[in-house]
Amino acid sequence: MMPNRILICGGTGCISSHSRPVMDRLEKELQQANLDQEYQIIFTGCQGFCEQGPIIIVEKDSTFYCRVDPDQVPAIVQDHLKAGRPVEELLYTNPDTGITARTRDEVVFFQKQKRLVLHNCGLIDPENIDEYIARGGYKALEKALAADPLQIIEMIKKSGLRGRGGGGFPAGIKWETARNAAGKHKYVVCNADEGDPGAFMDRSIMEGDPHAVLEGMLIAGFAIGAQEGYIYIRAEYPLAVRRLLAAIRQAEEKGFIGDKILGSGFGFRIRVKQGAGAFVCGEETALIESIQGNRGMPRPRPPFPAIKGVWDMPTNVNNVETLANIPVILGMGAGEYAKIGTQQSKGTKIFALTGKINNTGLAEVPMGITLREIIYDIGGGIKDGKKFKAVQIGGPSGGCIPAEHLDVAIDYDSLISLGAMMGSGGLVVMDEETCMVDVARFFLTFTRTESCGKCTPCREGTKRLLEILERIVEGKGEKRDLETLERLGRNIIDSSLCGLGQSAPNPILSTLRYFRSEYELHIEQKVCPAGVCKALKHYRVIPEKCKACGLCKQECPVGAITGEKKAPHVIDPAKCAKCGECVKKCPFEAIVHG
Amino acid sequence: MDPKVAALIDKYRGYEGGLVPLLQEAQDLKGYLPREVLEQIAGGMHTSLAKVYGVATFYSQFHLKPRGKNIIRVCQGTACHVRGGTEIMARFEKELGVGSGETTPDLNFTLESVACIGACGLAPVITVNDDTHGRLTPDKIPGILEQYQERGGKQ
Amino acid sequence: MERITVTINGNQYQALKGSTILKAAEANNIHIPTMCYEEGLSIPGCCRMCVVEVKGARKLLAACTTPVTEGMEIQTESDRVVEARKDILRLYLASHDLRCLTCERNGDCRLQDYCYRYKVEDTPYRGEQKKYPVDISNPFFFRDYSKCIMCGKCVRVCAEINGAYVYDFMEKGFDSKVTSAFDDPNQETACTFCGMCVQVCPVAALVEKSVMWAGRPWEMQKVKTTCPYCGVGCQLKLKVKDGRIIGVAKDKSGSNLGHLCVKGQFGWEYVHSPDRLTRPLLRKNGKLEPVSWEDAYNHIARRLSSIRDQYGGQALAGLSSAKCTNEENYLFQKFMRTLIHTNNVDHCARL
Repeated sequence: MMPNRILICGGTGCISSHSRPVMDRLEKELQQANLDQEYQIIFTGCQGFCEQGPIIIVEKDSTFYCRVDPDQVPAIVQDHLKAGRPVEELLYTNPDTGITARTRDEVVFFQKQKRLVLHNCGLIDPENIDEYIARGGYKALEKALAADPLQIIEMIKKSGLRGRGGGGFPAGIKWETARNAAGKHKYVVCNADEGDPGAFMDRSIMEGDPHAVLEGMLIAGFAIGAQEGYIYIRAEYPLAVRRLLAAIRQAEEKGFIGDKILGSGFGFRIRVKQGAGAFVCGEETALIESIQGNRGMPRPRPPFPAIKGVWDMPTNVNNVETLANIPVILGMGAGEYAKIGTQQSKGTKIFALTGKINNTGLAEVPMGITLREIIYDIGGGIKDGKKFKAVQIGGPSGGCIPAEHLDVAIDYDSLISLGAMMGSGGLVVMDEETCMVDVARFFLTFTRTESCGKCTPCREGTKRLLEILERIVEGKGEKRDLETLERLGRNIIDSSLCGLGQSAPNPILSTLRYFRSEYELHIEQKVCPAGVCKALKHYRVIPEKCKACGLCKQECPVGAITGEKKAPHVIDPAKCAKCGECVKKCPFEAIVHG
Repeated sequence: MDPKVAALIDKYRGYEGGLVPLLQEAQDLKGYLPREVLEQIAGGMHTSLAKVYGVATFYSQFHLKPRGKNIIRVCQGTACHVRGGTEIMARFEKELGVGSGETTPDLNFTLESVACIGACGLAPVITVNDDTHGRLTPDKIPGILEQYQERGGKQ
Repeated sequence: MERITVTINGNQYQALKGSTILKAAEANNIHIPTMCYEEGLSIPGCCRMCVVEVKGARKLLAACTTPVTEGMEIQTESDRVVEARKDILRLYLASHDLRCLTCERNGDCRLQDYCYRYKVEDTPYRGEQKKYPVDISNPFFFRDYSKCIMCGKCVRVCAEINGAYVYDFMEKGFDSKVTSAFDDPNQETACTFCGMCVQVCPVAALVEKSVMWAGRPWEMQKVKTTCPYCGVGCQLKLKVKDGRIIGVAKDKSGSNLGHLCVKGQFGWEYVHSPDRLTRPLLRKNGKLEPVSWEDAYNHIARRLSSIRDQYGGQALAGLSSAKCTNEENYLFQKFMRTLIHTNNVDHCARL
């Protein structure tokens, strides 16, 4: 008899919410209850619902448990597995409706998703190739090897698949260019240098379904006529590296990677190259420089990597999510695939929901879904009942989209017209307590640090943009600063060497577009309406509410508060360090800032 | 001449693009990349010291100065930022008495900021060595430091 | 070579297929500004000064790296292009040491030239400035990175022409700089002091010490000459002021394409040495005394003849120079063989 499976999420999110101790405990409890023959524990990849980790799924009745503590494991074993009564307190309850979900499909977070690329994530043991094969894995490769490479390229073109890493370039055309390029040695590079702050879908795919990436690379290799593949992965992803290496080893043993793959004439090897901590290496030509052991500084294009890439040979670079789409397309057929999505953007996109949202995590949705559906239905709305202000899409290259555009159907092109971009699909939700100038400053701090320094506009320009923003948040902004930001921003976009510089000003330009008045308040009134910019905060005591208890005076680290007994206290703005300790200590909410 | 570094050089000599993984392994070995090691690598790989130094200073993973036993990395990603990452960093700086990028005088802790580590669902988040700690508040920090202080002491 | 037609600034021109926009424009007397481009070196496309507008392209394209295609429509001085170039210049100025008054490159500086060309008088970007100590440790030139604009030409000429690999880009982003490993002074690196880095620097980040306070660029006469050292016969231009040599500038017309070694670049001080021989001397009574050329030749002829007659031609040998022309060397060996009666003739390539 096949044992029943119990799935425990082993994605990075759940591991850091301590899913390993939960698994150890479950193992022990099953043994003690003599159920260890009947149940098999599978440590899976990411379920995507990181907010609620650690997550356990009891497969026989699809029960979905979340936020499981090791001490609650005995209850699962005794009440549920033995007595057949699911543990109510571990089920997910929708905070809005109060409705409790028993299975994963009943959880609203999963209901609006269309999990094609993530169809294995969370449901298989990523370190066991047999589980991947059992769910149809490597069937697409088999299909590809039986076909003509040109047919495969046609199929990818017909599917409408566009690069999921940022630019959205049609994958089929990229493949075709590499196929037609002259060169006896060709490469496929999997760009796994996922560096956008707020994006972790590639990590989850690699951790949860590494073979899907390998299969995508193999098919790409076959289609373009390549012999070798590199996976260039961030060194910050140790678990993903381990699982990829294990997957490559197992695929080699099974003959999916090697010399005559599945008895065909096609041979392909895959090597893992670890990055060394440079965001710009997500740019494909910088990535190639890094693979070659150089400083990761982008090359001018043309020639494009498809013509001259790694070691000057034709190289096809796709990111993780793009490659994981390949087996899906071959599996369902290009025509079926192209039915999903919008006119110009086909298939699904995985978004990483973070920020001030209730359900942080990963969600795969069809292109063309609205932001409202993602944020309010899947994401469960804004945390702590606050008001939505903007959503930042596309990381440091992207932009902030305000509430009035929540109902736009999102795809590559609609996002660009809104001043943002798909980027890698990071989606950071911001509420009324977020200062948009501060957000722009944050992103520019990032790009200024991560600029490689090769070209003048990006190296010098991001620094100057950041300096202007820093002056604004410190209350030293001048009226002409906004014009300067816009002009310099435009010129950096227009004249930079690579995609990093060409998109670095987007966070400023998009916030200026939608939240210009917020900038103006910072500059003209020296006020930060969200109350974030410290230098613009002014703490004061409301005399009517102050009971002169003296707690604030005691707490103030810089002695800025004075006051006699029975008289309202006063804060000296010249001394105040704006640490906010007094606000926290005041039992009467008599201290405010603005 | 460090024989262990020499062995690494032998491993990567002739391996195209081997400089970055060689530096990575040399750093794993020595904890950081002192000048002698870079000079040995340049000599052994038949490349210039300028190139080796250029590569070593380009990538944030490489360190040319000694580092602490425990490496604390405070995530400065977007999600962590909006969920209070700055206060987390400030608290670490206060507790350790060093700034970001610095090492405590007892070589126990090195404090660093890191670009997004992709655990945004747990923001604000830090890593200490290979452990991830998420959903932090400033008040949880002394407790975390204590865990590693003890571990450091036992060594 | 196949030719194609391109439109530059509204006019049609013929261009070689495969050439870059920069070269195609240059060939038709349209001058696109560049900072990092240098004929003979690899093309990084990093300064972005040469960006141009190409119809159909979303962004501006670097003229130095973009090949021309049939029917390409290019604008090299459109408002959009000029706007971008102006901001690049303003960005340079924001982190440049602007003590131009006493700068040795004042009047011979690309940054000045382009600021003038695009009417950039000042920069609105007030903030952190890069300040580095000036390296004066070697006798030939100083490195002042506070004036460096990061074009990387010195890195490339050192690696691609000399092969010394002294410089590279260090650190990253705004903090990056072009320097030697660990900022070592050039004395302690593999530097051969060929000075080619000094010659390609478009600004005053690398300057010969000899020109310091020695004169303004426009006061210098540039005298084309052949390097007096080895047989290669490198061409160079002496920078001369008031009859005195104060430095060497490159001359690209010769086989050396403007490249020099330490001797040609910096080894000219002997010209003005008081110890230098300026007329023939003859030792008389144990003391060297000036004589006329005629007396000197007579003395040489007499002594050569007498030695030959007394001891035979094998007692003599002649050494000529690789710097002489073939004709001169031919005459010299003929002279040795027929008149001195010896085959003892040789030359030294470095004499």
